[in-house]
Parts: sequence; C-alpha cells; structure tokens
Amino acid sequence: MTTTIPQQPTPASAGPKQALLEASGVIMRFGGLTAVRDVSLTVNGGEIVGLIGPNGAGKTTFFNCLTGLYVPTEGTVSYRGTVLPPKPHLVTQAGIARTFQNIRLFANMTVLENVLVGRHTRTREGLFSAIVRGPGFHRAERASRERAMELLEFTGLAAKADHLARNLPYGEQRKLEIARALASEPGLLLLDEPTAGMNPQETRATEELVFAIRDQGIAVLVIEHDMRFIFNLCDRVAVLVQGEKLVEGSSEVVQNDERVIAAYLGEPFEGTPQSAPEAAPADAPESAPAGAPDDDEAPENDEQQENDK
Amino acid sequence: MHTLPQQLANGLFIGSMYGLIAIGYTMVYGIVQLINFAHGEIYMTGAFGALAVYTNLPDGMSIWAALPLMLAGGAIVAVLIAVGAERLAYRPLRNAPRLAPLITAIGLSLALQQAVFLWYPHATAGKHFPQLPGDGFDIGSVSVAPGDIFLVVAAVVCMSALATFVRTSRTGRAMQATAQDPDTAQLMGIDTNRIIVIAFAIGGLFAAVAGLASGLKYGQIKYDMGFQAGLKAFTAAVLGGIGNIYGAMLGGVVLGIAESCASAYISNIPGMQQLGGEGWKNVWAFVLLIIVLLLRPQGLLGERVADRA
Repeated sequence: MTTTIPQQPTPASAGPKQALLEASGVIMRFGGLTAVRDVSLTVNGGEIVGLIGPNGAGKTTFFNCLTGLYVPTEGTVSYRGTVLPPKPHLVTQAGIARTFQNIRLFANMTVLENVLVGRHTRTREGLFSAIVRGPGFHRAERASRERAMELLEFTGLAAKADHLARNLPYGEQRKLEIARALASEPGLLLLDEPTAGMNPQETRATEELVFAIRDQGIAVLVIEHDMRFIFNLCDRVAVLVQGEKLVEGSSEVVQNDERVIAAYLGEPFEGTPQSAPEAAPADAPESAPAGAPDDDEAPENDEQQENDK
Repeated sequence: MHTLPQQLANGLFIGSMYGLIAIGYTMVYGIVQLINFAHGEIYMTGAFGALAVYTNLPDGMSIWAALPLMLAGGAIVAVLIAVGAERLAYRPLRNAPRLAPLITAIGLSLALQQAVFLWYPHATAGKHFPQLPGDGFDIGSVSVAPGDIFLVVAAVVCMSALATFVRTSRTGRAMQATAQDPDTAQLMGIDTNRIIVIAFAIGGLFAAVAGLASGLKYGQIKYDMGFQAGLKAFTAAVLGGIGNIYGAMLGGVVLGIAESCASAYISNIPGMQQLGGEGWKNVWAFVLLIIVLLLRPQGLLGERVADRA
C-alpha cells in the first residue's frame, strides 16, 4: 500500500564524530589504466570534507565508486557500517545522494517533478495503489509534494516550481540538482564541482547553502577546483593526484604541504582565503601561478581578488 | 458506404487499434531505445489468450460476462510473454551493440508465430472469434458495429489511464526520468530494471486489449496477424514521434484515417484508378510516413533529440 516512509534517522543521531562513510583501499582499473589507486577516505557525521586535485586525478571516478555507478576493482565502501551494494539505486536508498559535474537534470520535467523524482526512494507506492488511487495514494503524493516544496524554498527555487528544468538559468540548475539530491533525505551529500562556471556571488551563495545543509545534520563531501571555496568550507581536505591520495588534513595543513603545492596548487598559491592570511606566502606575485594545472581557474581567481579590493 | 464521414470513422476505428499496439513500441523505445519487433506477436498471443479462455468457458455463458475473463486471460498471456522476453532475451543484451537486440526481436517474433502455429489447437488456419451480440447501427450516415464501439472505448480508457499514471504517480515520474537519463535516474534511487519491466508489461497489456478488440471486430484471428498489425503500429509510433505516448495514439489515428481514405478515394483521381482499393492502402500508409518524416523527422509530436530516431 501507499505510505510515506518516515525520514531516515538523521545523521545527527549518528553522532558528530562517528564515521558515516568509510572507503577503504578503493582501486578502480579500466583495462590497463588505474584511475583510482588504493584510496581510503572517511567522512564523519556533520563534517564537510573537500576532495581536490588536478583534472584527471580520479576524483569523479572515485565518486562513481562511492555511488555504485562503478564497481571498484578492489576495496570496499561502507556507509554507517554496512558495505554498500554496487547498485546505484540501493546506494541512494541507503542515504547517499549526489550531484553531477555536468548538470544532469531531467530537462523535460518541471522543477517540482525533478525534486519529486528525487523523493522516489522515500515514498512507497505499489503499482496497484497507483492504479486504484485510493486515499493512501493521495496522502503520500501530497506529503511528497509538500516536502519537495520545502526543499525548493530552502534552495530559493519555489517561485519556479512549474518551470521546465531546461529553462532555468545555469546557476539555478545547479541549485535544483542540490534540491533534487536532498529530496532523497540523504545522510551524506556528494557534490561534484557545485560552483563550476559560477560567478563569485553565486559561489558565495552556494557556500552558504552548503553550510545550511551541514547545519541540518547532513555530511557533505565536495569536489571543487575553487580553492577559496574549498578552504573556506571544509573541515578536512583530501588531495588526489594521479589516482592516489597525496595528503589529507585541515585546510592549513593541505595548503602548506609542499607536495600539494608542487602537484596542484602551484608555487606560490594566490587564492588563499582572507580568513587565514598567515598561510599566504608574503611575496605573492600578481601573476597566475605558473604550475596551476587548470588554466581556467586562474582568471576567475584574479576576478575574485579584484572584487575583494 | 463510401461517404467521407464513414471513411473517417473506419479510419478512427482501425487507427485506435494501431494506437493501442503502438503504445508498446513507443514506451519500450522511449526507455531502452529498443525497437521490439516481437511486439506484433505479443498482440497476437493476447488475442489467442483471450480465445483460449473463451473456449474453456461453460456453454451458454453470455459474451458480456465472458468479456472481462477473456480480457484477463489475454492480458496475462501477453504480459507474461512481454516481460519474459525482456528478462530472458533483451536484458542480457542491454549493453550489447544495438543491432543484437534488434535481430533477437525479429527472431523472437518468428519463434512466437511458429509456437502458436504448432501448439495452439488447429491454429494453422484462421480461428473463429466470438462476436458481440447486436447488429451494427447507424449514426447519421455512418454505420458502426459493436466491435468498433468496444475498440474506441477501450482505446480512450487505456490512453487516459496511462496518461494519468505517467503524469501523476511516483512510478510514472520514475518512467519519465528513466526515459530521459537512465544513469541519473538510478542515482535518484530508481530501480531502472523494474521500470523497464513495467514498460514492457504496460505494452503487453495494451497489446492484449488490441488483440481482443481485433478479434471482436474481424471475427477471426490468425497466427500471423501480428506481422502486419505490428508493422503498422510501429509506423504509427514513428509517425507520432517515437518515445511519445500521445504521439503513438495520434499517429495510429492519422495512419488509420489516411489508409481508409486512400483506399476509398485514390482511385477516383484520373490516371490513378489502378492505385486505390484495399491492395494499395499499405503503400499509401508508408507514403504518408515518408512525407511526414521528410517534413518533421522527429514525428508529429516528437522532441528533436539528436541521438534518437
């Protein structure tokens, strides 16, 4: 019959320091190519963890291993102490939701419908009750719609609930992806480059949004190239280079690690957040870092600095 | 008999049947991009399933009481065969090159024909099918048989039920989501295998309704009846825009009306006396298809999608 499943026990009940996600020894090989080499990562309840690294370092591949899209060649991923099955829909059901590097909304469905699809695992509905459409069916539908509208309010999209997803501007499409992911009532949210292509204002709004999500008791694991964003946001940062985890630690530790600077940040790094000025090298020149692997990011960082002046 | 309203009505009746079968093609194509060429045979087995139930009913039972049982029998047979084909023949080939499942479908189509030919008692020739009681009647200048009424009512009921189901239920939304992006749908917690099974089952159900209606309309069913009906229904699905359920119904009706008008009027055009009548109606049906596809390659209601059609 039709019932709305009560929300999963919120991660708050899992305790802030309890391990929520544990990936241990994950190896992903595609034929002769090893995209992820023996990566272990833990995300605790209530934490925001960043995953950074040059393009092609295996970050998204690692995400795909976590969500069951890829079956890791070796290693295990467990969530709340249970090893996750390699089926994406069961991973979502267990409580892990994600967004995508390239926006993957259901373009021809409305904003509200996209969020309702996200609620799929949190509503039970037999085929029978969908055909008969008894009171239970309508109750579950109504509850689902209410929750979906709450999430649209939360992300600031409520006014556009009836628009087709493909007609939203880019920044709002990114927000909608987050709303849709939250609709599955996750304990852990994986964000794959949530601010890619955003202007500094939009990036800051996304930052606020991620903090608000964390404050609801949802742990966040985020991939991002925008270092200011990462170091502002994250309790811990892990650096992937060529499929291997190079360093993991607090923002300060990672920013000052010589290997990270050599492999990724570039010497010297100019996007240091204002909140940690002591970490900025005193002789930071205005030019883009020579060793930065991602040239696209450099002008954006310049722009941000200008805005800050 | 040859008045325009009569031709339009005839076209509507036969078109409703094409539309009911076309739903099966279009739903399966929309979700797994497979042209299920065995679908015409699923329609045929639906008709034989209904007949088998009728033959085993006690003598003297009224046809009105028998009708729901026949429908149930036909539906069970057709749905089981459709779902079984998906499970045993198509699912193992899900990630194979597209030609592999296509050829499998053609093989399955021949196998089903031969199975009915060999194993259904005395199915080597046409089988007599029970008729609805009562004579035809006239609405204005249009004469209508009881079987035609059944056909149109069945098509309208099925179609509106399906539209409501797809638009407003959780499973319906999951179907739309899976059709647009199966990988993302999985990550939203949707068991796409289950959705695919449901698509095949709905297609089988509608084909069974069409099979029963066809028996009632023509009074006879035959093991090879699925070939031409399937071809026409496939044409209707493409005409309406494959992947679109409304398009399938519209395509069916347009095709039916074009056929019936062509067979009645083409021979009145000077110089084309030889090209009218029953024998040529299939040719005109495909001429219509070619013209529509030249002007609107995505079909009447289809979305312009680069990697489809």
